[in-house]
Amino acid sequence: MFVIWLLVISRTEMDKPETTLDTQMLEVNIGPQHPSTHGVFRMNVTLDGETVVRLKPAMGYLHRNHEKIAEGASYLASMPFTDRLDYICSMTNNLAYAIAVEKLAGIEVPERAQYIRVIMAELTRLVNHTLLVGFLLNDLGAFFTPTLYAFREREKILDLFEATSGARMMCNYMRFGGVKADLHPGFMEKLKEIVENYPRFLDEFEKLLTENEILMSRCQHVGILPKHLAVDASATGPLLRASGVDYDIRKVDGYSIYPRFKFRVPLGSVGDVYDRYYVRILEMRESIKILEQAMKEIPPGEFISKQGATGAKSPRTFRPPKGDAYGRIESPKGELGFYLVSDGTPNPYRYHVRPPSFINLTILEDMCLGCKVADAIIILGSVDIVLGEVDR
Amino acid sequence: MSYGLGILKGMSVTLKQFVESYTKKGSIVTVQYPEERREDVERFRNFPILVYDEKPEAPRCVACDICAKECPPKCITIVRDRDEQGRGLQKPKVFDIDLSVCMSCGICEEVCPFDAIFMDHQFELSAYDRMESLNYHQEKLLKPNSYLHQIRPTDATQIDAKLKAKEEAKKKTQPGTTA
Repeated sequence: MFVIWLLVISRTEMDKPETTLDTQMLEVNIGPQHPSTHGVFRMNVTLDGETVVRLKPAMGYLHRNHEKIAEGASYLASMPFTDRLDYICSMTNNLAYAIAVEKLAGIEVPERAQYIRVIMAELTRLVNHTLLVGFLLNDLGAFFTPTLYAFREREKILDLFEATSGARMMCNYMRFGGVKADLHPGFMEKLKEIVENYPRFLDEFEKLLTENEILMSRCQHVGILPKHLAVDASATGPLLRASGVDYDIRKVDGYSIYPRFKFRVPLGSVGDVYDRYYVRILEMRESIKILEQAMKEIPPGEFISKQGATGAKSPRTFRPPKGDAYGRIESPKGELGFYLVSDGTPNPYRYHVRPPSFINLTILEDMCLGCKVADAIIILGSVDIVLGEVDR
Repeated sequence: MSYGLGILKGMSVTLKQFVESYTKKGSIVTVQYPEERREDVERFRNFPILVYDEKPEAPRCVACDICAKECPPKCITIVRDRDEQGRGLQKPKVFDIDLSVCMSCGICEEVCPFDAIFMDHQFELSAYDRMESLNYHQEKLLKPNSYLHQIRPTDATQIDAKLKAKEEAKKKTQPGTTA
């Protein structure tokens, strides 16, 4: 009791504002290898005691010259490189690029391929959000128990990806005008198993986390991103929706066959770390609804159009007409877009990626100001970045 | 009053997981790798191989260089074989794949018009040096068609049927042209 009393006393002594001591700002480099960043990222933080007064993100450690390489390669040859942008969700990267090229060249996609694409995209959303929540908890100090639960569930989906596309993470599965190969024979049974078991896992995950007092006190009212600021900074994805802005490209743009599915867009009210966590949990539940519908409706037929198949067989003959196109999708992290300019040759004249992680990262400072150092880490974790995509 | 209830609930989940890992079958998802192995997936792809039908001296590959041109990281080197007069032969003299550059994307397999290059299932390829022992030459890349049947039975049967049909079509047209 005495010790506690002493601590309380000393604490109140410390909090007294009328100190005569000189204080000095402290500049700290966090990174470049902080595990919470999912890659190599550095934060240049200026601290007043423990409070963040200035934060400068420094990136580029993982720059691989992706855009320039793509300008020298044929359209198809960039497809495996897009896997490596956001290496957690390669399927959605493939999809965004395929949609951009299809817009550019005016290629139709068969019905079955559209359904396969939606199934893969939604499975990727499950993978990404599960993993993100696991890593966020890692940043909070719940070291690896939630992450490994997340890994266990993710691996079931990755097994499915491997059996269909040939690789767990670097899928390289989409082609212009369809997908590379049809679903493998046992796919639907396995998908059904996942769709049936996932809500149970989410319930368990939520029981572990959602009402946990430590998580709540660490996350609630931390790193608040106001609505207007989120819109001004052109943030997208769960980060924007947690701030209460109803903007989901699946609804707004209605690309692929998303308008056919019934699903809701979960929104946050406060815009803090907790909302970002919870919006993702709810989004996963909506993804499962989409998967259920797609599973029921998927028609038999071709998995790639004729034009697409010839393009995949001989990429040098694939020459989109002159012009430009911007294809975008709602990737698990936000709006992922590819802007392509064609000059009629087999290589794109200009190839630009609009990565959601990079643009969401630009408001990191505004979220972190006034927070403690430990909070800055979880705010960064809740933005959900992958450095492969930020640096390109 | 109820502060701490959420933590206890969470603890019950971890406790359940802990107990189940001993009692419930199938709750341990890891595999004790060198002793146990996971089931092989047919579509799994890892580093290319070259396929020959009867003997390794006559591979299916005709050194057309398409795979080398389409390879995104440019890891394939092909030099066409020539006879004494210097005329080009329909087979490669050099066929190197640098595995340290290859990213196992499988595009070479897709673009090959002669069904000669395929993605392997072999992944235990560690070597002591980075340069020479990972640069696979033709001798190391060549595998018989029976090997392809072993790793990818459905694909191999389909391709065999396709090649057979091609051969027969050729036979039918050839007597007509010679006579």
